[in-house]
Amino acid sequence: MSDHAKSPVKSYFAVWGALLLGTYLTYKAAFIELGAFNSAVALIIATTKALLVALFFMHLKGASEKLLKLVVISTIFFLFILMALSMADYATRWWS
Amino acid sequence: MLDSQAAVPTSSHEDIHSPALLHHFATEEQQRNASSFGMWIFLATEVMFFGGLFCSYLIYRLWYFGDFGAASKSIDATLGATNTAVLICSSLTVVLAIWGAQIANRKLMIGSLILTMLFGLAFLGIKGKEYKDKFEEHHVPGASFSFEKVPIPGHPDQYANPRHAQIFFALYFIMTGLHALHMVVGLGIFTWLLTMAWKGRFTPEYHTPLEVGGLYWHFVDIVWIYLFPLLYLIDRHP
Amino acid sequence: MATALAAPVERENYLNKEYGVASWLLTTDHKRIALLYLISITFFFFIGGFFALLIRLELLTPAGDLVQADTYNKLFTMHGQVMVFFFLIPSIPAVLGNFLIPIMIGAKDLAFPRINLLSWYLYIIAGIMMLHCMLTGGVDTGWTFYTPFSTAFSNTKVIEAGLAIFVSGFSSILTGLNFVVTVHRMRAPGMTWSRLPLFVWSHYATSIIQILGTPVIAITLVLVVAERALHLGIFDPKLGGDPLLFQHLFWFYSHPAVYIMILPSMGVISEIIPCFSRKRIFGYHFVALSSLAIAVFGFLVWAHHMFVAGISVYAALIFSLLSYSVAVPSAVKVFNWTATMYKGSIHYDAPMLYAYGFLGLFTMGGLTGLFLAALGIDVHVTDTYFVIAHFHYIMVGGAVMGYLGGLHFWWPKISGKLYPEGWARLAALIVFIGFNLTFFPQFILGYLGMPRRYFQYPGEFQVLNVLSTAGATVLGVGYLLPMIYFLWSMRYGKPAPDNPWKAAGLEWQTQSPPTTFNFEQEPVVTWEAYNYDEIDTGHKEEAHVVG
Repeated sequence: MSDHAKSPVKSYFAVWGALLLGTYLTYKAAFIELGAFNSAVALIIATTKALLVALFFMHLKGASEKLLKLVVISTIFFLFILMALSMADYATRWWS
Repeated sequence: MLDSQAAVPTSSHEDIHSPALLHHFATEEQQRNASSFGMWIFLATEVMFFGGLFCSYLIYRLWYFGDFGAASKSIDATLGATNTAVLICSSLTVVLAIWGAQIANRKLMIGSLILTMLFGLAFLGIKGKEYKDKFEEHHVPGASFSFEKVPIPGHPDQYANPRHAQIFFALYFIMTGLHALHMVVGLGIFTWLLTMAWKGRFTPEYHTPLEVGGLYWHFVDIVWIYLFPLLYLIDRHP
Repeated sequence: MATALAAPVERENYLNKEYGVASWLLTTDHKRIALLYLISITFFFFIGGFFALLIRLELLTPAGDLVQADTYNKLFTMHGQVMVFFFLIPSIPAVLGNFLIPIMIGAKDLAFPRINLLSWYLYIIAGIMMLHCMLTGGVDTGWTFYTPFSTAFSNTKVIEAGLAIFVSGFSSILTGLNFVVTVHRMRAPGMTWSRLPLFVWSHYATSIIQILGTPVIAITLVLVVAERALHLGIFDPKLGGDPLLFQHLFWFYSHPAVYIMILPSMGVISEIIPCFSRKRIFGYHFVALSSLAIAVFGFLVWAHHMFVAGISVYAALIFSLLSYSVAVPSAVKVFNWTATMYKGSIHYDAPMLYAYGFLGLFTMGGLTGLFLAALGIDVHVTDTYFVIAHFHYIMVGGAVMGYLGGLHFWWPKISGKLYPEGWARLAALIVFIGFNLTFFPQFILGYLGMPRRYFQYPGEFQVLNVLSTAGATVLGVGYLLPMIYFLWSMRYGKPAPDNPWKAAGLEWQTQSPPTTFNFEQEPVVTWEAYNYDEIDTGHKEEAHVVG
């Protein structure tokens, strides 16, 4: 990893700026009445920030093998299963 | 190491390689790939570890949205946002430190490592201030917990249920406390990395510990990226 | 060169390379670490077995007359915790997996040898914590730690037990992490995924479960400890907390945990059956992928442990349906093993006897699992001895039989000595008879309504209980025999040739016992797995790895 076609420093600062901007937007959006969309906006911005960190700071984007991406996706999938199938109980407990 | 590493019988180790190459790996690239992959898998376990807490949080937030909103309003969102910015800056300095190693720029590498640690300490300091505030307001769950007559956001005529608010604070302290514990461990790791860097152990060809430590630090940042909006910004609009 | 005769002078190997306590306690050699685990888990097997003995003794009579009720609660709790966390979960991966996986893939060691040693130390620390907990009062919550009893009402050492299991969980996680990285990064040239022994595939699948599942029980135990010690309650109904949340989080791990316990055993069977049928495994890719399928599906079914706990009936329906799916890959394996034996040349050595036992008992355990997956039946037999019989058929009839079969199969490789075959076959038979006598009556007891975790019962259940206790005694004898003759063989056994079974696999092309670094030169693999046709007709290519 010691040879780089071009310096990644520009992209690092760009990501840094985007992350700070996202933080600012999250903070500001929380004070606006958006109803149910408040949570959605917050999560979408948080996920975008997390993706930026993972893809660019953790170098997931440039990874030569698909293996690392598979690890990340699998983990998120099983976390999703934990939440979704638990919600299958909690969301329907008082239906009957 | 105290096993018989010195008595390697294979003949293929006569060639020059980094002293950091461990004997059971064939090449440095294999060792670096293995170390990096190992850290990613460890991070997968950490995702599931925090994931159990996020799952619990999800369920109670849906059940007790109003009470959670009231409790969330009582923690300082400005401090939370500041801490988010602090961690984001620390993630930048981490990648700059690795870049410094890659281009053999010792000043950049060491300076960035020191900055990372300073940002980390700043985060913990701000967190300490938040905890102190909560302690003084009797928002720490337990015998002295008190959350009386706090209105639910958007329903000024209704008061939040203190018992449900106590659940929010239990989750708040456990989730941010666990995160802070990971920060402390991260600072320990970076102290060790800084020591190694200072001794000149990292070169453009070998700086795997920096990369691997960096991955850990970024993960801790990502956890906070989710914690901040979920805990601090539930129902802030007037 | 591969020899069929043992060398007259003892060659240098991983056992005699260095002597002294430090060379063992500070080793990073995966083979020595495997033996450290072997000793430790055998110790905990005795402890768990001791609790089982007391349970069965109490249940000889309908009255609660041997121990008090509170003590009985502690007995079944500690039996479960020790057997699950300190015996079954580590057993095959930490002993056989650690020893064999690097050799099977042609590597010198695991990817992270020092982390491997750390895993063992974490296990020991956890074991000491658990022993201390047991000796200073024990736990009485059931191995399942259900809230709010464990968090608010139990007067026993819940925190200590919880922390002990937390530490043991990290031992398990690190082992899984090590195996996954090893299989991905350390395979010798030519050892493609399609040539990997199925033992390696099943441990890979097991490791995925360990990595993804164990952290969830870790955090759950943290929450229980926090609730109990710091009153940071989130499972407390008085606060509006949900006790069932604990169960969701607990079973999210603990159901996949049962696949951690059985998958490695299935891997052992996949090695034994082809060898003793002298035939390539039938449906290699099906068996390999079924291991992965079990790992994935195993995460989707946890709430079938909660059918009567108060979850929504709609969720129960979903989980019931999903639970049927997980039986499919297991059945695929049983079909493929059977097809492997068809028209094979069967040899009835001890490992094969254990494999036969596994096939029958695992099938019974698995099928009764389907009974339990059916919501309507489960309502009647849950929390009865039917469930206990079901999981013991899989855990003991399946996992432990596989473990014993594997120990026998690879014993010549591990120790360099042959065990006495006659005694081994006898022991296998005693284990099989003792097992069925112990646990089959329990199916009937559960069907007739005897609840689990009760120390007294109506008189009409006594005959079946006495049969069960008698069986347990026989089973105990069956387990003692291998311990005795394995130890005996280390001193008095015949020296083993490098490949006494003429088996396929890279491990059989190394010395018995192997040298510290396994191979003189890195092997290059050019043949398919389970090439018994080539081995038996003498056309096999060898890796030229043994000096």
